[in-house]
Amino acid sequence: MNDGNKLKKITKDLWLILRFPLISIAAGFFIGAVLILIAGKNPLIAYIALFQGSFGGVDKIGETLFKMTPILMTGLSFSIAFRTGLFNIGGEGQFLAGAITAIIAGWYFQSLPHLLLVIIMFILAILAGAAWASIAGVLKAKMGIHEVITTIMLNYTALYLVNYIVRAVMNPQILLGTKAEAHTVSLPDAARLTKLKDVFEIFGRSSVHTGIFIAVGCAVFMYILLFRTTLGYELRSGGLSPDAAEYGGVKKSRNIIMAMGISGAVAGLAGAVNVMGITYYVAQSSTTPGYGFDGIAVGLVGGLHPIGIIASSFLFGILSNGARKMQLEGIPKEVIAIIQGVIIVFIASQYIIKIIYKKRKENEIKKEKIIPEKSKEEEVR
Amino acid sequence: MLKKALTVLLALVLVFALIGCGGGETPATEGEEGQAEGEALPGEGKVVTMITDTGGLGDKSFNDLAYAGLEKASEELGFELKILQSATEDDYAPNIQTALEDNPALIVCVGFMMEQATVDAAAENPDINFAIVDGVGDMDGDGQQDVDNLLGLKFKENEGSFLVGVAAGLTTETDKIGYIGGMEFPTIIVFESGFIAGVKSVNPDAEVYVEYADSFGDIAKGKEIATAQYNKGADVIYHAAGGVGLGLFQAATENDFWAIGVDADQALTSPENADNILCSMLKRVDTATYTAARSAVEGTFEGQVQTFGLAEDGIGVGDGGENLTEELNGEIEKWKAAIIEGQFTVPATREEVEAFEVPEI
Repeated sequence: MNDGNKLKKITKDLWLILRFPLISIAAGFFIGAVLILIAGKNPLIAYIALFQGSFGGVDKIGETLFKMTPILMTGLSFSIAFRTGLFNIGGEGQFLAGAITAIIAGWYFQSLPHLLLVIIMFILAILAGAAWASIAGVLKAKMGIHEVITTIMLNYTALYLVNYIVRAVMNPQILLGTKAEAHTVSLPDAARLTKLKDVFEIFGRSSVHTGIFIAVGCAVFMYILLFRTTLGYELRSGGLSPDAAEYGGVKKSRNIIMAMGISGAVAGLAGAVNVMGITYYVAQSSTTPGYGFDGIAVGLVGGLHPIGIIASSFLFGILSNGARKMQLEGIPKEVIAIIQGVIIVFIASQYIIKIIYKKRKENEIKKEKIIPEKSKEEEVR
Repeated sequence: MLKKALTVLLALVLVFALIGCGGGETPATEGEEGQAEGEALPGEGKVVTMITDTGGLGDKSFNDLAYAGLEKASEELGFELKILQSATEDDYAPNIQTALEDNPALIVCVGFMMEQATVDAAAENPDINFAIVDGVGDMDGDGQQDVDNLLGLKFKENEGSFLVGVAAGLTTETDKIGYIGGMEFPTIIVFESGFIAGVKSVNPDAEVYVEYADSFGDIAKGKEIATAQYNKGADVIYHAAGGVGLGLFQAATENDFWAIGVDADQALTSPENADNILCSMLKRVDTATYTAARSAVEGTFEGQVQTFGLAEDGIGVGDGGENLTEELNGEIEKWKAAIIEGQFTVPATREEVEAFEVPEI
């Protein structure tokens, strides 16, 4: 009897937590289906292709995990800053800072053995990402300049700086004397992360690499940091109510710098993992890679909680990986972007509804308070 | 209340999604048509897959041309044409892997950014035919292709750029000429180098403003740079910047100066600006992909490097707006003949432009 009640409570709690994400996902798929119909295709075939593309075998799941790796990390990066009350949209720049640092470290320490080299590359990329984010952190903490402005500007700074480094510093033409390329030198074999397919044949042709373990490790780290340490408590309290936290003895400026630093560190690591796992070089580009921005959506859909972010990054991995198969069925890749967009809009609207609900409740409380006072006054009269 | 809010939102989102969908449609479905005829075509039951780089379809030049060539081949030969567009750089390898599942007759990778991924996949799948547009497949730099099952489709854009440079150098009245590149890639510097050499060959006094837009799609940026160059006195401006060039055309029409198009005959693809498009540097990507698909389907495919220059008619000058005078046409033909005869080599890098001496022809 008691157990039954407990179970009921747990399922009810779960339903309360999962209600909005599930409705959002369903709406996304529904609107996607309408669009596919308009495009003159069968949505059923499209969605079968989508799920075959992301689940139809271990190799497909591997590819989904591969797509999930960078956005899981940038999602965590965004969330930790957001929980501290900071809107870090500079994940793009921090990602690039980590990526190019990994290339530079991989080149200059290329004679080291695999494990040592990889660890050095990770550490330097973490420091680079943290340093890049700290520029915005320090500006916010010391001078009160809003982090949205500084981080978005630093994205462009990072992009053009990286383009310059690719062209004029780390180019094969300069380092190897071969012809000029639009990308840096490639990482040596010792600096590359192992592909799971090289260890387990069952992963077939998929590109999933050991970076997925690092990404999940980051989620665990984030959980412990946020919910099991004093620092995490201080960070969260700073996000919930900065003034109350400061009154309680939390240093506001230290909080901001710490949060931006950790946020940037994770994004920088994501950049390093991505070049070491798949591209092996950084190319000149007219736009930033996009993982930092995806991280915002992943973080919000995942409810800013490490476990939720693992789930939401997996969902986004399913969508972007399954999109390949859908494209082969002749369905434009934009459909997937729209499904993602709809999910994000719905999740965002959840926050809006929550705010409205909160306001209304506050009003009700106020009214309740006012009414008894009034009646007292009347009594006195 | 909640339900109502949700319904309203759903309706709103639907409306926005529908509006957004109008622009976002790709011609991905068209490939399947054209095989209605009853007779058996050589490509029946075969698949050819094209994979774009992050640029994607809809650029009215490079990617669309590659697709047009394959579409034509598909209509004639009856194979099924599939397309995969890459959202990010690290989609290249997984996209090729996905394409491999259909056991296609040919995989066409469009864009030099995909060269490494294509070579890797070709090495792992020696039985599948691959083609790479704008690449040769020599990653180790030894002058040899790294794999046997790869067709490298390489273009001599410097030769075509040289000819439009000749046209620009002879047309300018201010002796100031503009060049807008997409990004400072070595492959785009090829356009710049050939163009400057062409200008210098006929008009040594002319000054060429070189600027890069850091984009292949930012129309506003193209207009901004073109207007700035025009204000500095440039009266002929050439671009090698994909969609950015559409901004150049707008600026040219508004201020009435000459623009020069690239890849496609842009006086035809942008007819509203045709009166201000002096000519276009043609890069026949469509011919290249067409012949590649044809050879793969008919079984004559050979892994090699095919170079398309003026001599092979893979590069040329297009005058869809009929703005070139007879005199200009004569000059262009004269220089073209000299290049085909091999009287001199057109520079393809900035170093070669420095060392370039105007030949006597």
